Amino acid sequence: MNWLTNWSPSWQWFHRLGSPRWFYQTTGRWLPWLSLLALALLGTGLVWGLGFAPQDAKQGNSFRIIYLHVPASFLALAGYYIMAIAGAVGLIWKMKLSYMVMKSAAPIGAVLTFLALFTGAVWGKPTWGTYWVWDARITSMLILLFLYLGVLALQYAFQSNEAGNKASAILALVGTVNIPIIYKSVDWWYTLHQPATIKLTSAPSMHPDMFQPLLVMILGFYCFYVVALFLFTRAEILRRERKTTWVKELVLGEPQS
Amino acid sequence: MHPLRKQRLQQVILIVVAATVVVGLVVYMLGQNANYFYTPSQIAAGESPKGVFIRAGGMVVEGSVERAPDSLDVQFSVTDGASILVIQHSGILPDLFDEGEAAIAAGIVDENLVLQATEVLAKHDEKYTPPEVADAMNQAYERKQEQKQEQKQEYKQKQQGAQ
Repeated sequence: MNWLTNWSPSWQWFHRLGSPRWFYQTTGRWLPWLSLLALALLGTGLVWGLGFAPQDAKQGNSFRIIYLHVPASFLALAGYYIMAIAGAVGLIWKMKLSYMVMKSAAPIGAVLTFLALFTGAVWGKPTWGTYWVWDARITSMLILLFLYLGVLALQYAFQSNEAGNKASAILALVGTVNIPIIYKSVDWWYTLHQPATIKLTSAPSMHPDMFQPLLVMILGFYCFYVVALFLFTRAEILRRERKTTWVKELVLGEPQS
Repeated sequence: MHPLRKQRLQQVILIVVAATVVVGLVVYMLGQNANYFYTPSQIAAGESPKGVFIRAGGMVVEGSVERAPDSLDVQFSVTDGASILVIQHSGILPDLFDEGEAAIAAGIVDENLVLQATEVLAKHDEKYTPPEVADAMNQAYERKQEQKQEQKQEYKQKQQGAQ
C-alpha cells in the first residue's frame, strides 16, 4: 500500500469533503439548482406519465402507478447502498460527516421503501386481485423497511453518538446482502410479482412512449433523493455541531470570518 | 493508507463478506421452499404436499374457462407447458384474469388431482404496451399465422400434385 501513502496530497479533497462546514456551505450553493432540477423532472415526468403516456393494453390506466412505484423502489434500493457506504466510510476514517449522511439516509430510505410497498399494494388490488401476498419479492422488500427502521432506531438507542453510529453502520453493512436478494428474488423463485421491466443487460420490455416518462421520473427521484439527503444532513450538521463557533455565528447571524 | 484505517477497512469487508456468506447459505438452503406457488408439473409429479393448502400457478389454457350459468362456479386449467392442472373455484375472478394469461390459485388438491381453489389471483407479466400497439401486434401475428396456414396448404397441394 506504499502508493497510497505516497499519494497523500491527493487525499486532501477526501478530508476536506469530511468537513461538515465545507459540506454545509457547498450544498447550500447547490441546493437551489438541484431542487429546481428535481421539481422540473418530477413535474414533467408526472404530467407526461399520468396524462399523456398511452394506457396499457391489459391493465388500462391502473398501470400508471408504475411512475411512482418503480422510481421509489429504485431509490429505496440505491439509497441503502449510499447509507451502507457512508457507514463504512464512517467506520474506517472515523469521519463525523459520513455518519451524519448515514443517519440522514435512513428515514428517507424508509419512506421510499414504504412508498414502494404502498403503491405496490394499491396496484396489486386491481391487477392481481389482492393487496398483499408473502412472496419472495414483497417479503424481502418488507425486510428492507425493517432494516432502515433498525438503523434509525439504533441511532437513538445509545447515550453517545459514537456508539450509535458504530452500531448503525454495522447493521447497515450487514443489511447490504438483502439488496441483491430483493433484486434477484423474482428470478430465483416463483413469485406473484412479475420480473423486472428495466434491465441493464437488455432493452426495457415496455413501449418507448411509456418508458420515456418513466426514465424522467427515475432521474427526478434521484435528484429529489439528493436534495432530501442534503437537507437532512444539513439539519444533522447544525444539531451535532451546534457547539462550534461557525454554527453559532451562522445561527445568530453574526458576520462570518 | 494509514495502517489503522487499513485494519478497519478489512474489518468492514469481513462484516460484509460474513453476512453475505451466512445469508447466502440460508437463501441457498431455502431454495425451492421459498417459492410462492407450485407448477402443474410439480403437482403432477407429486412434489407438492397432499391434502394441505397449497398454491399453484401457470398459464390459463386457451378455451378451458367454463363458467356455470347460474352461480359463480368456474373451472379452468393452468399449464406450465409440460403438465395441465384443473382448478375449480367459486367466486369472482380478478379483472386481469384471462385465457392465455398467468394465474395463481390457492386451495387443496383433491383425490382427482383437481385444485379446489378458495382464492384466484391474476399474475401479469413485465411487458407494457399501448392498446393500439397490442392490436397491431395481434393483427400482424394473425396475418402471419394465416400466411403459414396458406403456405402449409400450398405445400400439401404441391406434394399431392407431385404424387
